[in-house]
Amino acid sequence: MGLRNYVDKIKPNFEQGGKFAKFHSTFEAFETFLYTPKRVTAGGTHIRSYVDMKRSLISVVIALIPCFLFGTWNIGYQHFLSLGADATFWQTFGYGLLKVIPLYLVSYIVGLVIEFTFAEIRHEDVNEGYFVTGFLIPLIMPVDVPLWMLALAVAFAVIIGKEVFGGSGMNVVNPALLARAFLFFSYPSKMTGDNVWIAEKADAYSGATPLGTIFDGGSVSELPSLADMFIGTIPGSIGETSKIAILIGGIFLIITGIASLRIIIATFAGAVAMTLVFNALGMTAAMEVPFYYHILMGGFMFGTFFMATDPVTAAQTNPGKWIYGFLIGAIAILIRVANPGYPEGMMLAILLLNVFAPLIDWCVVAVNIRKRKKRWASAERSAR
Amino acid sequence: MDKILIKKGLDIRIAGEAKKETEVFEPSSCAIKPFDFIGVTPKLHVAEGDTVKAGSVLFHDKNNEQILFTSPLSGTVKAIVRGEKRAILRVVVESDGKNEAIDFGKANPMDLSRAELVDKMLKSGVWTMIRQRPFSTIANPAGKPKHIFVSMFDTAPLAPDSNYIIENQSEALATGIKVLSRLTDGKLYINIRKGTSCQVPAEAGNVTVTEFGGPHPAGNVATQINALSPINKGETMWYCYPQDVVTIGKLFLSGTYDSSHTIALTGSEVKNPRYFQTRIGADISPILAKELKSGTDVRVISGNVLTGTNVTDDGFLCFHDTQVTVIPEGNKYKLFGWLRPVFKRFTDTNTNGDTRPYIMTGQFERVFPFDIYPMQLIKACLIRDIDQMEALGIYEIDAEDFALCEVIDPSKTPIQQIIREGLEFIRKETC
Repeated sequence: MGLRNYVDKIKPNFEQGGKFAKFHSTFEAFETFLYTPKRVTAGGTHIRSYVDMKRSLISVVIALIPCFLFGTWNIGYQHFLSLGADATFWQTFGYGLLKVIPLYLVSYIVGLVIEFTFAEIRHEDVNEGYFVTGFLIPLIMPVDVPLWMLALAVAFAVIIGKEVFGGSGMNVVNPALLARAFLFFSYPSKMTGDNVWIAEKADAYSGATPLGTIFDGGSVSELPSLADMFIGTIPGSIGETSKIAILIGGIFLIITGIASLRIIIATFAGAVAMTLVFNALGMTAAMEVPFYYHILMGGFMFGTFFMATDPVTAAQTNPGKWIYGFLIGAIAILIRVANPGYPEGMMLAILLLNVFAPLIDWCVVAVNIRKRKKRWASAERSAR
Repeated sequence: MDKILIKKGLDIRIAGEAKKETEVFEPSSCAIKPFDFIGVTPKLHVAEGDTVKAGSVLFHDKNNEQILFTSPLSGTVKAIVRGEKRAILRVVVESDGKNEAIDFGKANPMDLSRAELVDKMLKSGVWTMIRQRPFSTIANPAGKPKHIFVSMFDTAPLAPDSNYIIENQSEALATGIKVLSRLTDGKLYINIRKGTSCQVPAEAGNVTVTEFGGPHPAGNVATQINALSPINKGETMWYCYPQDVVTIGKLFLSGTYDSSHTIALTGSEVKNPRYFQTRIGADISPILAKELKSGTDVRVISGNVLTGTNVTDDGFLCFHDTQVTVIPEGNKYKLFGWLRPVFKRFTDTNTNGDTRPYIMTGQFERVFPFDIYPMQLIKACLIRDIDQMEALGIYEIDAEDFALCEVIDPSKTPIQQIIREGLEFIRKETC
């Protein structure tokens, strides 16, 4: 236990009055990263489940690893495909890694420095929330996003999206999505169009995503095959293309109970219902896109499994989760079909419902309260 | 007979269930601890060195002078232990081995008026075994409950089997049921575990027996009240534990306060977990000295691991508890503990993580069988919003009903304490 002895030896420096007392939260974060504390229960229950915030949130990161691995490979695959060049698996994957690692470095360094600084100022423990946010942000970016833009987006999302409200657990909208929305509206040319999805692509090669094709007036027949969209060998944001990888991670989250199955089912149901309505109207080509294309296109599945289910920003009550999910699905399709200016409706739908989630919960709880007060009133009447 | 199945909840399995064999352990001293009773401010009737009999008054409650706390055995008052601000922690009575008891007079409960029944119970001290909801304070003798509830089983981890404990005391149990049935104009609900039975005396006409199935907290009285007659604002329910019904019955059969209590000694640190027939408030340190695997780094809990009291230092049973659980302390660092796969879910007292803001949602609902939104109620308690607490159903629950939420809470917050403080805030503001 040499490491433990070392940690115990330097610990006093970081306590109140020590040399580095200013870095208490930072030390605490690293110490509890290495060792779960020896704190025991006092009052209340004498036993506690082994699940803590670190374990809950690391589960989300584990669930994202298939998307990360496939996305990394796909960066290389799309690059070499556009050049018409042959490459081995390791060349392909290696190219992807070279593109992805800088994004991760920027995401984590900028985000964690802000998190640690706020924790020190507030004299609080460093929250694990950025574990997940930092891993998500690169996955929902186009591969060629400039690093300074990414840094700006991360800083905006963490400070304005989270810390001003009091940190993890207090935020109103999903910080990772906020980062993407920030860039989407601030630097649209770098976030949309046909030229951002493939790293260093050949100019002549079309780099359109399926969503882009459809909303430039294309028809379903011009899209990649359903199999390609399902496997993920298409252009798109890094983590969103492979539906297989998303399903592997999503099922892991459902089994571990981290993601709400209610939200996921409801989101799919909302999207299918809305698409069927548009199919019945059938006035434009976009309205005729069948629901299974909508589900496989763009960030719909990634958003459903990893963004809509964020417990902090989703509805918190079980009935509320059904309403929240259904509206996300329906509004995502509505935006995609009715407003071709913003093909990625999923991001906007989730952000919109993040804002309305507390209202949904308020209504759900109000129903419960009204039921209880009715019971009180009838008890009072029969007592008289 | 109605059958009710509780669907949500969790049976926590830990090592050290008590075998069904009972050893008699006559304690050398017993203690009554005022803090075992919510809202009681003790006013002493005795001083150190006084001689007392079983049933002699030790102290009363300043808030209600009728409520008397009596000695569980005969002997001398050995110590009055005080803590911070001179609050009385416990009144310790040392046994003289004679077991002399004050005679309160035998009586058939059906021959007495309600006022006479109440009076006899108050004087002998057994009244303190009846408590009321909301708030879990001792029942107010001046009031009348809408209904009375007796949960004949306990679903907490390693809980003793009440049917085994009271199996040879059917006469006292029947007498106790008659007494309780007279105390309410409503019903006396006796709730039994699926697959068990309970003999109800014919004289008690207002008794309803209901069978409950399902995981913990099916045995909690609030779960049963909610299933049968949820508490409305302004209503009061009384409740009583099965062994206490027997003690009340014995008072009327023999005329004396018999503090015999059978407890289960359980937990992974006990060599041979089994039952002990002892007394209310007994000093169990002689049992612990013999029965524990190792005396160091263990926690002795009077009660179960969800709601019990840490008595490692004082060694006396708490008043209402029928169980002692001994588990290892978890005061050890675990390298990458948050990343390790887990095979045994509940072993020691480690918190397994630090306190965090609430992030996860929907987890409490899985173990919380009430038509109440737990997270919203917890937050209403935190901000001391009485209107919101009432509207969200605080009168229907007690701190113990949130124990499972506290166990599984990944944010590691003290939920039972939050609920208790919320309840106490309302009680002090409104009563």
